[in-house]
Amino acid sequence: MIFDYEMLRLIWWALLGVLLVAFAVTDGFDMGVAALLPAVARSDGQRRQVINTVGPVWEGNQVWFILGGGAIFAAWPALYAVSFSGFYLAMFLILSALIIRPVAFKFRSKRDEPAWRARWDAALCFSGVVPALIFGVAVGNVLQGVPFHFDSSLRPFYTGSFFALLNPFALLCGLVSLAMLMLHGATWLQIKADGEPAERARKYGMIAAVVVIVLFAIGGFWVSNMDGYRIVTAMDPQGPSNPLRKEVVSEAGMWLNNYRTQPLLWLVPLAGFAGAVLALMGLFWRVGALSFLGSKLSVAAIITTVGVSMFPMILPSSTDPGHSLTVWDSSSSHYTLGVMLFATVVFLPIILLYTAWVYKVLWGKVSESDVNKDMY
Amino acid sequence: MIDATLVELSRAQFALTAMYHFLFVPLTLGLSFMIAIMESVYVMTGRTIWRDMTKFWGLLFGINFAMGVATGIVMEFQFGTNWAYYSHYVGDVFGAPLAIEGLMAFFLEATLVGLFFFGWDKLGKVQHLAVTWLVALGSNLSALWILIANGWMQNPVGSFFNPDTMRMEVTDFAAVIFNPVAQAKFVHTVAAGYVTGAVFVLAISAYYLLRGRYKALAKRSFTVAASFGLAAALSVVVLGDESGYAITDNQKMKLAMIEGMWHTEEAPASFTLFGIPDREAQETHYELQIPWVMGLIATRSFSKEIPGIMELAALSEMHIRDGLLAYDALETLKVDEANPEAREAFLRNQQYLGYALLLKKYVDDPREASDQQIVMAVQDSLPNVFALFWSFRFMVAIGFYMIALFGLAFYLVSLRRRVPRWFLRVSFYTLPLPWIAAELGWLVAEYGRQPWVIEGVLPTFLGVSSIGISDILISLGGFMILYTVLAVIEVRLMLKYIRQGPEEDSGDDPAKLDAGLSPAFAKSKD
Repeated sequence: MIFDYEMLRLIWWALLGVLLVAFAVTDGFDMGVAALLPAVARSDGQRRQVINTVGPVWEGNQVWFILGGGAIFAAWPALYAVSFSGFYLAMFLILSALIIRPVAFKFRSKRDEPAWRARWDAALCFSGVVPALIFGVAVGNVLQGVPFHFDSSLRPFYTGSFFALLNPFALLCGLVSLAMLMLHGATWLQIKADGEPAERARKYGMIAAVVVIVLFAIGGFWVSNMDGYRIVTAMDPQGPSNPLRKEVVSEAGMWLNNYRTQPLLWLVPLAGFAGAVLALMGLFWRVGALSFLGSKLSVAAIITTVGVSMFPMILPSSTDPGHSLTVWDSSSSHYTLGVMLFATVVFLPIILLYTAWVYKVLWGKVSESDVNKDMY
Repeated sequence: MIDATLVELSRAQFALTAMYHFLFVPLTLGLSFMIAIMESVYVMTGRTIWRDMTKFWGLLFGINFAMGVATGIVMEFQFGTNWAYYSHYVGDVFGAPLAIEGLMAFFLEATLVGLFFFGWDKLGKVQHLAVTWLVALGSNLSALWILIANGWMQNPVGSFFNPDTMRMEVTDFAAVIFNPVAQAKFVHTVAAGYVTGAVFVLAISAYYLLRGRYKALAKRSFTVAASFGLAAALSVVVLGDESGYAITDNQKMKLAMIEGMWHTEEAPASFTLFGIPDREAQETHYELQIPWVMGLIATRSFSKEIPGIMELAALSEMHIRDGLLAYDALETLKVDEANPEAREAFLRNQQYLGYALLLKKYVDDPREASDQQIVMAVQDSLPNVFALFWSFRFMVAIGFYMIALFGLAFYLVSLRRRVPRWFLRVSFYTLPLPWIAAELGWLVAEYGRQPWVIEGVLPTFLGVSSIGISDILISLGGFMILYTVLAVIEVRLMLKYIRQGPEEDSGDDPAKLDAGLSPAFAKSKD
């Protein structure tokens, strides 16, 4: 094989980030739009207009989430097993939201009764707010370490509870995530809609941008004093994926360690701020493209910040730090990572090609008057 | 030891969500192709009635597709939430086809399905047709990868247990992809989907014809369904026979169960058409047998024997004892990774490791199992014969009925005979049958694999997550409420749009349309 095991693990760590970022940057604006729906669109015509800005694309965007799940399963099976079973009820809430969403999109405008449509609008708003919030809460818990351990057969056990997930730092992360996706939804509406909804989106988007900047800064200070995790035994990056063969300690400020050794990494969190500022400027001066690029950059950089702060940790254990999942001991086999990389290299460009084509076909603003019977 | 209630609830939730998901999948598979065929006719002939048909069936397809996508998301994540040990144990093999499904197939159909609905005015005729075909292709490729994953659960080829990582790992991806079980399952399943789509179109068209509404659309749709359905129904039975052949080498127990065959018969074995399998007495009462047929279907020879249930049980006991040797060696390797004797002992017996794990239902350390517990584990390897025996027979009966139905329908529409009203009624009432057959088929496949989640490798009960009973009660209750509400809404919407019918804005003159139609309908008084 061309790549050695260490290289493939690094590539798949990066690809994990790419998939999560792709999900947040594409499906993120769908969620943001859904979360903003009651606020930016007041009449039924405006609601249909706003829904139709994402109507033809949300289904494809959502596949990034499904693909993310599949890729974690294939490339990081231990992470897939521990995180999804550990965050069981949180996952159930996300799945409920994601079940309701496709149905709400499809069914909302299929009946004329206002009560019917109002119920689906509420469902759509729920399906945007809940996942956005929970994804952030989950990341907040991962940064603090999650209470899990393995037995000698590598059966995972999670010893926390659902309500323990809702701690102050995690809730802060949840709000960062929600604000950042609402900003992203607002900048999308800025370029895809016109009239009153676009105007209101501009107002809410500017508020969201300020909230992102403030909360992300508070989160940064919080993390700099929080306990981070560090491997203290020598690890073979080519060794078998067995998370029981190392020792890990937790120390305050350890999540800043990578920035100390690689100061260039500071550019990543800085880009998180810069993106939000650009989005704010774009909204203020009504430059749609600038605001959308800014929110994209912000979303991508904030997610990447989490990844580079924790590297090589992926999922630290707060109760048995030695059992933490890291880049070097929780991946699939060398062979599987190679095959999956091959599949990704072949298919990802094709996906990007036809996705770009779809967006090109749908290019242009959606007006209230465009909404016709063929649409949602 | 693993809590038995947790296992039962996890299995119940998986069965519920998977069977519910599969109410939508076959219709997506079949209807997508039929819509693509209708739109092709529109593009080739330019007659707008075919575009109206595409739009009308496309609308019903869209409602069904949304439900399929929504319930499919749960399937992608449920292995992690509820089957965490399973996910760790086989993720190296099983995760890859799921991920490739996303990359190669689901992305294609989900990205383009939006253009199918929104692109009528934005795309050229041929471009839109291409989109429709790609959606159909995407949904069928999606089935391919899912069935490759499922096929590996039935016949775990191309992999080994790695004692360093305590899990199954791939040795040969080509073997996983070209697994004969997976290939046979794929063609059988998509063909069953085509039958479902054909029955759906046939039944609703028959309903319109009985009511005398939307005749132009209904007659053409009936004709498309009759031809497409006949080809599909023939394939489903022929290719189903292929999957019967494929399981003989690796799922002999399932075959013996389906047959209610307690003891090995002399070759070629006879096929039991009717009987009442009795687990206690280890025999099948009131048997009505057709000599030779089973031996021919399963082995395609006159001389190969098919082992009976009791003989296979005796074999299981041997495997359990060999598996214990592997288990013992593995325990040594856990504390002393490099121990050469333990490695060698493990390699010798590793293919039977799963059989030793069966004992974990009764004792934490299988090496301490009593002889009686081993007998109990052997008993566990016999699933419910009665359920499998009858599920299989009902499924096959529906399959043959479909051939008869579509054969007659095709004869009526193509040989220009009159389509009688009784046949339209029969077509309408056939509507639920393909779904019943599909669910029974999955019951045979999945329930018939028990006690294994991965045949011979991992017992089902070991695969569960270590979660609380209250957690799973909440999610199970939540899914039941959510799915019931959605089912009611979905059925009501479908009925609304079926009653409302297509929008008749076809530019064609109705009188001219009827003149060009097959006399099968022109003569009928509907």
